[in-house]
Amino acid sequence: MTAGADTSAPSYALLVAGLALVALACLAGSAATGYAPLDLPAATGDLLAGRQSLPALVLLELRLPRALLGLLVGFSLGLGGAATQGLLRNPLAEPGVIGVSAAAALGAVLVFYTGLAGSFALALPLGGIAGAVLATLLLLTLARRGAGTMTVILAGVAISSAAGALTALALNLSPNPYAALEIVFWLMGSLADRSLEHVWLVLPPMALGWTLILAGARALDALTLGEDTAASLGFDLGRLRLQLIAGTALAVGSAVAVTGAIGFVGLVVPHLLRPLVGHRPGRLLLVSGLGGAVLLLLADIGLRLVRVQPELKLGVITAVIGAPFLFSLIWRLRRSA
Amino acid sequence: MRIDATGLHLALGARPVLAGIDLALAPGELVGLIGPNGAGKTTLLRVLAALQEPDAGTVRYDGLPARQLGRDRLARGLAVLMQGDEVQWPLRADHLVALGRLPHRRALGGMSAADHDAVTRALEAADAVHLRRRTVGTLSAGERMRVLFARALAVEAPILFADEPVAALDPFHQLQIMELLQARAQAGAGVLVVLHDLALAGRFCDRLVLLQGGTVLAEGPPHEVLTDDHLRRAYAVEVQRGERDGIGYVLPWSRIAMPER
Repeated sequence: MTAGADTSAPSYALLVAGLALVALACLAGSAATGYAPLDLPAATGDLLAGRQSLPALVLLELRLPRALLGLLVGFSLGLGGAATQGLLRNPLAEPGVIGVSAAAALGAVLVFYTGLAGSFALALPLGGIAGAVLATLLLLTLARRGAGTMTVILAGVAISSAAGALTALALNLSPNPYAALEIVFWLMGSLADRSLEHVWLVLPPMALGWTLILAGARALDALTLGEDTAASLGFDLGRLRLQLIAGTALAVGSAVAVTGAIGFVGLVVPHLLRPLVGHRPGRLLLVSGLGGAVLLLLADIGLRLVRVQPELKLGVITAVIGAPFLFSLIWRLRRSA
Repeated sequence: MRIDATGLHLALGARPVLAGIDLALAPGELVGLIGPNGAGKTTLLRVLAALQEPDAGTVRYDGLPARQLGRDRLARGLAVLMQGDEVQWPLRADHLVALGRLPHRRALGGMSAADHDAVTRALEAADAVHLRRRTVGTLSAGERMRVLFARALAVEAPILFADEPVAALDPFHQLQIMELLQARAQAGAGVLVVLHDLALAGRFCDRLVLLQGGTVLAEGPPHEVLTDDHLRRAYAVEVQRGERDGIGYVLPWSRIAMPER
């Protein structure tokens, strides 16, 4: 008799492996998609052999950065979403709730506004990361010393509103309409025209953020039963909060810093995948990261295939898909209440 | 493991909640913590479980303070079933019970065979084996409490705390949970349970601790604690008494004017 046997364990491994394969397929699909025809196998061959052919250059300078950033940013957004929902124990939470996305966007906008963006290529993402770091420090200061989940949410909302207000101010005072337009377009979120330098810039903070979040898996499971019970099971909740907020800020802040604001991925993906892991928040983390990568890569492939000009912004696509989803989610929650 | 607490003081804001409490819990005894609303029962339980630091006083586990014992050993030594334990996500019952094994698991790696056995034992003890594939949302209040109880049992800790585990249950399931707590104590665990039902407290507990206003008003075997005088002073009620098989019980009968405090 194996009454307590965990019969869903193999299917979890299958789920992770399956999603990872789909994510890799989407990565290849994204690299194969573009406005100009590209012989992908030949380009890959040239690239690996070190031949400086035109196809190899297109792959290295255009396609690969876009595909890799889609993977990294999607993974960060999905993982950050699952972590935020698990920590705040709320299916409607998303990384934006802790204010880091808005602050990263503000950081980048200030770089635009001050004209630093033109001075060197990485000024924009560095500004975004600086914004995310400052917001995280502020959030951790506000939420320190035994403050509960509600304080974290309120602090996040306050940071979001403040960053939003300052972003609006920057737009209001922008020296010319073109600068304002540039800022607005950047804020819509896109993976276009990024380079491998962007990938190398965000990879370390993202990887650190992912590690911090994934290390909190068990504590999130325990938190299902409430804070006291989780603490009685040996988890330090103050440390868990710091760990997950810092992890989400690093991963999502870096993502926003290079791509602009891409919403709804962190909200939608964990919610779709939750039933497949038996609603266990710890197991939801990794699959949400992979699911986020798949969703973002697919959306980025799709917007290049429809060939609307000017190119649709990725953040617009995810919002157009995500908003109706949010309505249906609220509708279902309302009925089950 | 035994618990010895001495001189516990705690104020929440300006209000003193615990005002000098000494309490001990030994292996094999079922101790009932009773007292009117706001007497400090849940706060005392949280302090004894090291979930909250007292302003003054010490809690020792086999002679060691929690800090010295360490978070992990404490988690394996003391299981807590909190009042109205919420379940945020609709987990399957056996997955929920398996959370009780978290203190025993290695940093990496899944559930061991021993962990699975412990989950099965806990489900059996709580009469919840047939519920194991159900999700929490589909359970009745009684079934849900048994599953949560199994979660606490799955820790297989030598100390078990339960905060009002029978408050939301019908008489059948109240008796069932009390019998489970008693069985746990008879199996050698030290069990501390917060109760409002004086009849259940008197019938099942080896020892009662009656709290009032953050202090221990009375402590000892049920018949010494549940006296007319104590119950008037603590609850401002008169009781009816009865006896069956040599066990006395009390039934709150009428209110009296609140005594001056």
